Amino acid sequence: MSDAPLSAPSGGIGRSARVAAVARGMGHRAGPVVAVVAVLVAIWYAACLPMNVGNTLLQAERAGAVVTPEGPAARRQMGSVALMAANPSLLPGAWSLERPRLPAPHQVAVALWDGVAGQSVTSARSLVYHAWVTLSATLLGFAIGTGLGILLAVGIVHSRVMEMSVMPWAIVSQTVPIIAIAPMIIVVLYSVGVQGIVPKAVISAYLSFFPVVVGMVTGFRSPDAMQLDLLRTYAATRAQIFGKLRLPASLPYLFASLKIGVAASLVGAIVAELPTGAQAGLGARLLAGSYYGQNIQIWAALFAAALLAAGLVGLIGLVERGLLARMGMGQ
Amino acid sequence: MSAPVVRAEGLDLTFATGDGSVHALSDVSLDIGRGEFVSFIGPSGCGKTTFLRCVAGLETPTGGTLEVNGMSPDAARQARAYGYVFQAAGLYPWRTIAGNVALPLEIMGFAKADRRQRVEEALALVDLGGFAGKFPWQLSGGMQQRASIARALAFDADILLMDEPFGALDEIVRDRLNEELLALWARTGKTMLFVTHSIPEAVYLSTKIVVMSPRPGRISDVIESPLPAERPLDIRDSAEFIAVAHRVREGLRAGMEAL
Ligand SMILES: Nc1ncnc2c1ncn2[C@@H]1O[C@H](COP(=O)(O)OP(=O)(O)OP(=O)(O)O)[C@@H](O)[C@H]1O
Ligand SMILES: [Mg+2]
Repeated sequence: MSDAPLSAPSGGIGRSARVAAVARGMGHRAGPVVAVVAVLVAIWYAACLPMNVGNTLLQAERAGAVVTPEGPAARRQMGSVALMAANPSLLPGAWSLERPRLPAPHQVAVALWDGVAGQSVTSARSLVYHAWVTLSATLLGFAIGTGLGILLAVGIVHSRVMEMSVMPWAIVSQTVPIIAIAPMIIVVLYSVGVQGIVPKAVISAYLSFFPVVVGMVTGFRSPDAMQLDLLRTYAATRAQIFGKLRLPASLPYLFASLKIGVAASLVGAIVAELPTGAQAGLGARLLAGSYYGQNIQIWAALFAAALLAAGLVGLIGLVERGLLARMGMGQ
Repeated sequence: MSAPVVRAEGLDLTFATGDGSVHALSDVSLDIGRGEFVSFIGPSGCGKTTFLRCVAGLETPTGGTLEVNGMSPDAARQARAYGYVFQAAGLYPWRTIAGNVALPLEIMGFAKADRRQRVEEALALVDLGGFAGKFPWQLSGGMQQRASIARALAFDADILLMDEPFGALDEIVRDRLNEELLALWARTGKTMLFVTHSIPEAVYLSTKIVVMSPRPGRISDVIESPLPAERPLDIRDSAEFIAVAHRVREGLRAGMEAL
């Protein structure tokens, strides 16, 4: 048998022993993770220097410091590295500019913290507020996309006609760049009077249904021929085969699809906020930040989106572990 | 003697595959009476599984006639006339042992109270009474195979089709399961069709041994066992047993030489 969830479980090691092994593994894993993060942060700080050197020297000159060479026109002729070499003592200023090209990690962290904890959650400056606007569209779109995806997968598994007619379109739909199609969807929906959360949810759903379809078709087909033959010997109906075998066997695949789908939903909701110049939402924050050259704001919104995605994926992982463990399939 | 449970007459089956056709069964004629224990033995690819699948209505013969309980195999399948035990236990990992045994009962629409009682009885038959609440991965391979036999027994069909059920188990576990299977057969009086690769297993278990030979798959010998119904494990050292085993071996060799 393949590695399908129906393959006979390897005997021997008990579940509690396995849990303990996993717990130990997490202790071992924290070290490398911290090391990688530290390296990335260090690279980020280093990258701030050449990215921001022009701006840094300009600010320093205005404040009365001695900059070589003098005058922005002369400096524009030089490369970033040469400027850094000529003014080593002024470089730390690159990490505390008001409008940096590349904000330093601590600047982003401060902006993120301020946006999350420093504002009233109803304020337009609150990241919680914007995250909630995006999240609500994400969740609605995710629900629609998942429902649609599962329905399509059920149809595809049971009907050859549906497989031949739906699958190619599902694949084609994902080759169209979402950036190109999102404004069209929004305009079309707007023209028929639909606006607000629904157009965003539609684009979310558009992105999330596909991984669900692919994952669930695989999951529904994961039982092997012997499993299906066994049910045939009981003269089981198609509905029974689905309910007793295909559906439970597909659950591990469902959760894998949901994790990809929810992240895609979030991307869809953010992208959907861009073309309308929406007033609220993480996408709107990104857009406003780029209009006004507020790079710190862009980065803070980006990290807020990443944290949101991680939170959603983590939540699905928790449900997965709880449910599969209750079904005796927890690993 | 009453009407045979399985009656095959000139059975023929050719698989059409991408690169030509495979003649899996050729002119197979065989009667199996009620309560018999029939073993099918023969080299790999001689059509043992195919024959069993034909009886189960999972495969459609291309020639000849085949009746199960006087019906077509497909009608017998719809009437849930048999339990089928596959080589792999194939228990659902998301169901407990009791849940797995209850699976056919749920599908066949048995009432809940009836289900519980039948699961209990079936598990007792295979000596797994204390393991109802365990999940498959908590059981050894031999116990899992016993659970899959309990699953086939649960709805009390009078035919049991078994395709190398103990093929993946070691000799010692296998001996014990063979003994238990004989006891179970004696207690229930079911008709058994049992596929195996092992000569001692076939001789030990059967009232009738069907020796098959490959390319095309056909019956080369049918041996009615002279052994008594009561069979302790050490009957395998008796002269009678050895004589039957010898005849099976001869049958297998003749089948191979005819190629
Ligand atoms: N679905 C199928 N399609 C094509 N050929 C098949 C199919 N099933 C079986 N065969 C062929 O039919 C022949 C008989 O196969 P079968 O599985 O019945 O043999 P067997 O006696 O059970 O062998 P083994 O002891 O290895 O299980 C083989 O040559 C096999 O390749
Ligand atoms: Mg076989």
